[in-house]
Amino acid sequence: MAQSRFTSTSTYVATDDLMMAVNAAVTLERPILVKGEPGTGKTQLAIEVANSLGKPLYEWHIKSTTKAQQGLYEYDAVARLRDSQLGDDRVHDISNYIVRGKIWEAFESDEQPVLLIDEVDKADIEFPNDLLRELDRMEFFVYETQQLVKASHRPIIVITSNNEKELPDAFLRRCFFHYIKFPDHKTMEKIVNVHFPKLKKNLLREALNAFFKVRDVPGLKKKPSTSELLDWIKLLLAEDIPPEALRADDSRKAIPPLYGALLKNEQDVHLFEQLVFLDRRAGSSR
Amino acid sequence: MLIPFFYMLREGGMSTSITELLTLLEAMKKDVAGQSVDDFYYLARACLVKDESKLDLFDRIFGAYFKGAEDNFRDLFVDIPQEWLQRQAELMLSEEERAEIEALGGFEELMKALRERLEEQDDRHEGGNKWIGTAGTSPFGAYGFNPEGVRIGQQGSRNRSAVKVWDRREYRNLDDSVELGTRNIKVALRRLRKFAREGAADELDLEDTIDKTARNAGLLDIRMVPERHNAVKVLLCLDIGGSMDDHVRVCEELFSASRSEFKHLEYFYFHNFIYESLWKDNRRRHTERISTLDITHKYSSDYKLIFVGDATMSPYEIVYAGGSVEHWNEEPGAVWIKRLLNTYPKSIWLNPEPQHRWDYTPSVKLTREIMDDRMYPLTIAGLDQGIRALH
Repeated sequence: MAQSRFTSTSTYVATDDLMMAVNAAVTLERPILVKGEPGTGKTQLAIEVANSLGKPLYEWHIKSTTKAQQGLYEYDAVARLRDSQLGDDRVHDISNYIVRGKIWEAFESDEQPVLLIDEVDKADIEFPNDLLRELDRMEFFVYETQQLVKASHRPIIVITSNNEKELPDAFLRRCFFHYIKFPDHKTMEKIVNVHFPKLKKNLLREALNAFFKVRDVPGLKKKPSTSELLDWIKLLLAEDIPPEALRADDSRKAIPPLYGALLKNEQDVHLFEQLVFLDRRAGSSR
Repeated sequence: MLIPFFYMLREGGMSTSITELLTLLEAMKKDVAGQSVDDFYYLARACLVKDESKLDLFDRIFGAYFKGAEDNFRDLFVDIPQEWLQRQAELMLSEEERAEIEALGGFEELMKALRERLEEQDDRHEGGNKWIGTAGTSPFGAYGFNPEGVRIGQQGSRNRSAVKVWDRREYRNLDDSVELGTRNIKVALRRLRKFAREGAADELDLEDTIDKTARNAGLLDIRMVPERHNAVKVLLCLDIGGSMDDHVRVCEELFSASRSEFKHLEYFYFHNFIYESLWKDNRRRHTERISTLDITHKYSSDYKLIFVGDATMSPYEIVYAGGSVEHWNEEPGAVWIKRLLNTYPKSIWLNPEPQHRWDYTPSVKLTREIMDDRMYPLTIAGLDQGIRALH
């Protein structure tokens, strides 16, 4: 096939299974649903797919109040009423008051676009069901103007979900699915390298060790994820912390520096400090 | 060759549909996967699995099918006790245990041995789903070596290339087969919705606008109203600890579902039964308690009261002063719960224990009597009935 394939880019590390899922979705022109822990690069994926395939990107960010219709179009009846009071000529053409949504914009794109529907689980529980036909046939009907909007090029649709709500089966059947699992040590090294190419080898090693150790602490409410690791390394670099300060045998006795970037939950910080304190006591009595 | 695989997935408990199989075939026709088995595995996974909790099941079925050993298929139906999966925190292996395992040839060897052992045992005890447990005298049992333990140990050897991708079973800790999904719970809880308008006016009130415009001699007078919100108020009292540990998962699901579904949701915890005080934070349950009387004063009687608990305890804990297992209670629990019921006439008790076992426990019977029979099992159907009773 002449179509270009999605691979890892200079700013994004894609695992084999992720590449396969994306390429299948691109080839078959079906939506791909991406789930995973927060901070594992779900939203970033759509941006990178658009970049690496050289396609325009449309982003539709979902909030708890978002309705499916808003992605298609909205009819601004209030503006029309006002205009009619003021005797504006525009009022005779209803299409002047149809405001296009992100899906419509993507459907009308000159070349095949990438459409990101971000955090689909934030919306009402029926939201995905309202988009079934639109995602399947890539067309919808505008009642006000009796017009059928059909995608000139079926967009590559990337849908992300944080698992706050379960999605309906009918919706799932129409998508490819990929669960971004937490990267292992090796992949994580690659990811950090992509973001901090000049990072010293030993600092990277120590930082990763300390990071995975924090993740291994049992009972954490929110385990630190990739984006937190990247922030933390940025901080370490800014503060010029030497790699020795992160050394494994040290970290059993001391809290890693600037750990506030890794643990975002007050209870987690508390738990972590307690564990470190217990460790330290056990260490000194030994 | 894929059709038997498809049926195997369905028999294995996955809800794979024909559309999804056709998608996979279409993708293969368009040569998405290339020649390698790994690619095919990734492609099949992206097409056929739509829920990360099913990934592990898929891996197992895929492994069994493409090993060409359909006989091993029975292995898939083994129940892994829920509590093994839940007590993750307790399962961290100590250094010594790790060393002992290393002495046995490392995790990889142990996994292999474990797998052989399991297959062997399965042959002997026809369909036995206990072999993980009965392996207690084996090296696995000795180290508390249950699947969760294997997973933790396995992290060290994950990068060894010898293990097949699907054999690594990296998604094991996401596996669940809980009866109630949060989605189902939410759909059931929706019945309880009652809409009312409050807050900022950001919706056009068409009728009022027409009316006011007409009165205004045709000059437009736009009227706005606040959006409709769910106005149901709920007090949720959850039994925590002790015999409730087995039901923690369902309760968490119920809790998370109701939390996002209701705007006015107050929750409190109790242990076994209601007494003179409850608490909101289990870490500080002994220092930060809220008096039950304060609750009845603070929350108006239009709140709906939902108890969640197995009501399984000694009957003394309900009917006698001083019966509580935790402290000396001046007045019996039955008196306290009646006070609550008087304040909140709309109330139900949800019991995670299966309904057919209720009659065997005197305290459940007693609680049912106090609740005027408004006790419902914590299943979708039970929740549904319960919510109806709250109306």
